[in-house]
Amino acid sequence: MLEAIREALEEEMRRDPAVVLIGEDIGVYGGAFKATAGLLEKFGWERVIDTPISETAIIGAAVGMSYQGLRPVVEMQFIDFIACCFNQVVNYAAKSHYRWGAPVPIVVRGPCGGGVHGGPFHSQNPEMWFVHTPGLKVVYPSTARDAKGLLKSAIRDNNPVLFLEHKSLYRRVREERPAGDITVPLGQLAVRRPGRDLTIATYGAMTLHALEAAAELAKEGIEAEVLDLRTLMPLDRQGIVDSVRKTSKLLVVHEDVRSGGIAGEIAATVNEQAFDDLDGPVLRVTAPDTPVPFSPPLEERFLPQVADITRTARELARY
Amino acid sequence: MELPEMRYPLGRNQLLDLYYFMKLTRELDRQLVRLFRQDKVVGGLYSSLGQEAIAVGTAYALEKQDWMAPMIRNAGSLLVRGFQPRDIFMQYMARAGSPTGGKDNTCHFGDIHGRHVVSPISMLGDLIPVMTGVAMGGRYLGQKLVTMTWIGDGGTSTGAFHEGMNLAATQRAPFVCIVENNQWAYSTPVARQAPIRNLADRAHAYGIASFIVDGNDVAAVYQTTRQAVESARRGEGPILIEAKTMRMSGHAQHDAADYVPREMIRYWKARDPIERYDRWLRLNNIWNAKQKADMDARIDRELKQELELAEKSPLPGPEQTEVGVYCEGCHTIEARWERPADRVQPPKAGVKAAWTIADFGAFEADAPGSAPAASPSPSRAAGKRPSKRAGRGTSRSKPRSKPRAKSPSKGKR
Repeated sequence: MLEAIREALEEEMRRDPAVVLIGEDIGVYGGAFKATAGLLEKFGWERVIDTPISETAIIGAAVGMSYQGLRPVVEMQFIDFIACCFNQVVNYAAKSHYRWGAPVPIVVRGPCGGGVHGGPFHSQNPEMWFVHTPGLKVVYPSTARDAKGLLKSAIRDNNPVLFLEHKSLYRRVREERPAGDITVPLGQLAVRRPGRDLTIATYGAMTLHALEAAAELAKEGIEAEVLDLRTLMPLDRQGIVDSVRKTSKLLVVHEDVRSGGIAGEIAATVNEQAFDDLDGPVLRVTAPDTPVPFSPPLEERFLPQVADITRTARELARY
Repeated sequence: MELPEMRYPLGRNQLLDLYYFMKLTRELDRQLVRLFRQDKVVGGLYSSLGQEAIAVGTAYALEKQDWMAPMIRNAGSLLVRGFQPRDIFMQYMARAGSPTGGKDNTCHFGDIHGRHVVSPISMLGDLIPVMTGVAMGGRYLGQKLVTMTWIGDGGTSTGAFHEGMNLAATQRAPFVCIVENNQWAYSTPVARQAPIRNLADRAHAYGIASFIVDGNDVAAVYQTTRQAVESARRGEGPILIEAKTMRMSGHAQHDAADYVPREMIRYWKARDPIERYDRWLRLNNIWNAKQKADMDARIDRELKQELELAEKSPLPGPEQTEVGVYCEGCHTIEARWERPADRVQPPKAGVKAAWTIADFGAFEADAPGSAPAASPSPSRAAGKRPSKRAGRGTSRSKPRSKPRAKSPSKGKR
């Protein structure tokens, strides 16, 4: 997946000289995860900009550059640090077009998620802070092909897009490299596995867990349909409702904490639009309402496991 | 007509422009207070009273290709930049015809393509990194631009101010930051905001040049700013200007400002920027009482017409609430290239990805005044530091003459 991201960046930079990169340690060093490795050599200091440790200044500068017609792609070294520039993202960038008609075509990308023992400040899933802020788009791919196609769409989008890359997928997801100029539209989910008995809606690294769970459930005769949401804002509500109409049951899985997670929003949407089609309650498997703990047994308990998904799915299937 | 010697001479019309915009700002303020009392202003009202010389004198030093981002006491800058009083009236009255269509209030508006004005937000300091970015972006495109924004004394304590100034300095961005030291951050005096006599001293921390100027002397403000703008345009890096002034009304219209010592108001009232400039114009035979009265009458007339226009605009329709959250093709985003774009593409743009560290970071290399050590960037080739001398002539600005504090030992600890 990392390679797909790097390739998307390079291809977009070649396609459009308005695309520039800005962030900490992205140039000479090539990024903490090497997502921008080799780009400085090709595109020079003006397009791959190493900055001081100043998240607020980085986002602010990206917004300013975007007013000049550029399309900056910001790297947060770890997405947790976006909290340092929260104001620039939610008050400046997000509201610019609504307030005074000035679009902000920037992408803020960075590694998120747990499972690598990063501790409370290198493991978070901050998507809902931003889903809850009108004016932002939030993208969270689970495959290499999507990472490339969605990143290209995000760069070409006229709005500030938060692009979340689950760090456990960087080297885990190894597909054949998606060649050429592919784009994946924002706001459309993907059906990763068709099924008739229940729907599992999820995104990011949990998509892999859900597929594993679905394979196990199939052995027991339960056919789960797995939806990969891909973008959380805009959310493909229609796609979710369509699937629920078919299966009549919905389980939402996310690595984000429970309260205020996207599961609540999805459950409300299904209540509003497909209540009559439901044959059981909308259930969810999520992380508990705690910070992401460091020590392996604690973090394992925190992160939703495949067994949690299969257990809850079985429970739902019984309705 | 014999004019005092000025580093950047202004013709008679330009000198009168400065008066016009200051007086227009003040009268606009006065009208807004009237509208506020009539309950026609929706929300808070923020006055520029006493600070007109800064808003006007600084913005007047910009060229057409330059960019600026006002703060709430920069109505004068917006007028200089070509916005009309009706725009500000309508903003405060929340009308559909206002630049934001009623989506935002006060001086929170802008115009990217026509006037190169970027809208502020209420959170202080955020414009500094944003305008640094506009400067970096413009330079990248090959434009010979300078960007400018303003911040109050209180706003210089924010993290965004520091991060923005520091980024601007490391990038040697063509950016000028005006610190309007109006002595009060809402109700807290500047001494409680920062334990330094001159906020310009903050520039030392960024290794950039700074000026201090009498913010109630419009000619000095213009001369100093112009010098800073020219220096930034030459690629000599960002500059901070502290303009000393006084907020002559409350933080906003609702604030009676009882916490301000009366003598302080008296002191500054005697230094009113508009009266002072009028005296200066007369003293130098640039105009007489009759000509002044004519211009004042013209301003009254114009404002009356502008207000009539503004009051004709309806409030926005409620259906506008949900319009415009996202840009889905309603705007075309285009960069204005002023150099060949292939220069930023491979193979031409390619560089060796390695830092060069001058003198390997040895103690000797840290002598005050040495250029930033690590930077192979072509766009920030180590240039001369800008002169720290303020303009001569009318400028009453003081050169930054205080010797640099000896830097603390940077040796191994």
